[in-house]
Amino acid sequence: MTDFSLWDILRNLLLALRWTVVLSLIAFVGGGVVGGLLLFARLSGGPVVDRLIGLYVQVFQGTPLLMQLFLAYFGIALFGIDVSAWTAASVALTLYTSAFLTEIWRGCVASIPKGQWEASGSLALSFGEQMRHVILPQATRIAVAPTVGFLVQVIKGTALASVIGFIELTKAGSMISNATFKPFVVFSCVALLYFVLCFPVSLYAKNLERKINVARR
Amino acid sequence: MGIDFDFGAVLGQWPLLLRGVLWTLGLTAIATVIGMVVGVACAWSRASGPTWLRWVVGSYVELIRNTPFIVQLFFIFFGLPAAGFKLSPEVASVIAMVMNLGAYATEIIRAGIEATPRGQIEAAVSLALNKVQVFLRVVLPPAMKKVWPAMVSQIIIVMLGSAVCSQISTEELSYAANLIQSRNFRAFEAFIIATVIYLALSVGARRLLNWAGPKYFFGR
Repeated sequence: MTDFSLWDILRNLLLALRWTVVLSLIAFVGGGVVGGLLLFARLSGGPVVDRLIGLYVQVFQGTPLLMQLFLAYFGIALFGIDVSAWTAASVALTLYTSAFLTEIWRGCVASIPKGQWEASGSLALSFGEQMRHVILPQATRIAVAPTVGFLVQVIKGTALASVIGFIELTKAGSMISNATFKPFVVFSCVALLYFVLCFPVSLYAKNLERKINVARR
Repeated sequence: MGIDFDFGAVLGQWPLLLRGVLWTLGLTAIATVIGMVVGVACAWSRASGPTWLRWVVGSYVELIRNTPFIVQLFFIFFGLPAAGFKLSPEVASVIAMVMNLGAYATEIIRAGIEATPRGQIEAAVSLALNKVQVFLRVVLPPAMKKVWPAMVSQIIIVMLGSAVCSQISTEELSYAANLIQSRNFRAFEAFIIATVIYLALSVGARRLLNWAGPKYFFGR
């Protein structure tokens, strides 16, 4: 057996880190799009749509992400489609992210005073115009910080894709640890890499939050 | 193309599922109690401990909050034995859950502590209460009450996160689902049922904690 140096371990983990980043981006962008559509549906649809989307959110927030991944993996296969770990992980994480983001954004829209809706409505703006010119510009400012903060959750969530065989940072860590018998070193490096990825995002989110709070004071 | 579901094949194994539910609840309960003690201790250190302790606690909190739970679990279960600490899967799971909840609880409780009006602390000091008494009797109870809903959410997140503990063969609910599907190949059904149970547990636990918290844990 060849000997793995610390550099070999770190280099292989860094290669796997790419896939963690790519999967995070897919989930975050996909989840953002779906979450945005759900937000619009919820605001413009009737009470039935509102209830249904509320249920969707509750299901994704009230069940483990691990189960959602398993269900995507085995569920899509039921339709006779050959699922790769890529597809299953992307689908599950996108839906998971969309549920959280749509709820975060709904809160931001709800925090806009009712008078703004009424005033813009009385100016004969359509729903689309109200959203575009009045509500969204204000809601976006509030939404940025929690949205960036949630990105950290998404990055950490991708670690679970390792369980269905998606080779990202955590899976690579397990494999290298099995090959080298150095679990302590390997998992320290894995944790460190996640930290390096997530901590700047956390700090940025915290910073944004502080800025908005200063503006409000 | 027909898909026939056979939920009976999974539900027939209910003793396994029940055992899993009990493990999940047990692990969560233990982690909640110890994790909140850790959270209170760390929140106190961060608010009024010496500078070096603030640094240590701050690093602990950020380290936990910026790494995935599954990596923390693997580090404790696979990594620590290499350094000489052998742990059973159950103990490793509890430690990981406590560490995880403790870090989040620290931040949550700290927010509550910081919201305490200065006058209340000064009033308590002027009544000759010592530092510990002021913290435990004046600052903490209203702080806990204020942040309890956030705390409940975090406890639920940790409970749902405990599904990952099946990966180191802790025999909780998702382990039971995995075991059942490996016996009868009804994977989708097994995981649907486990998911529904998790949903029921999280809704139930949220109701229970939100009701019991103000009623039994912090006076009134």
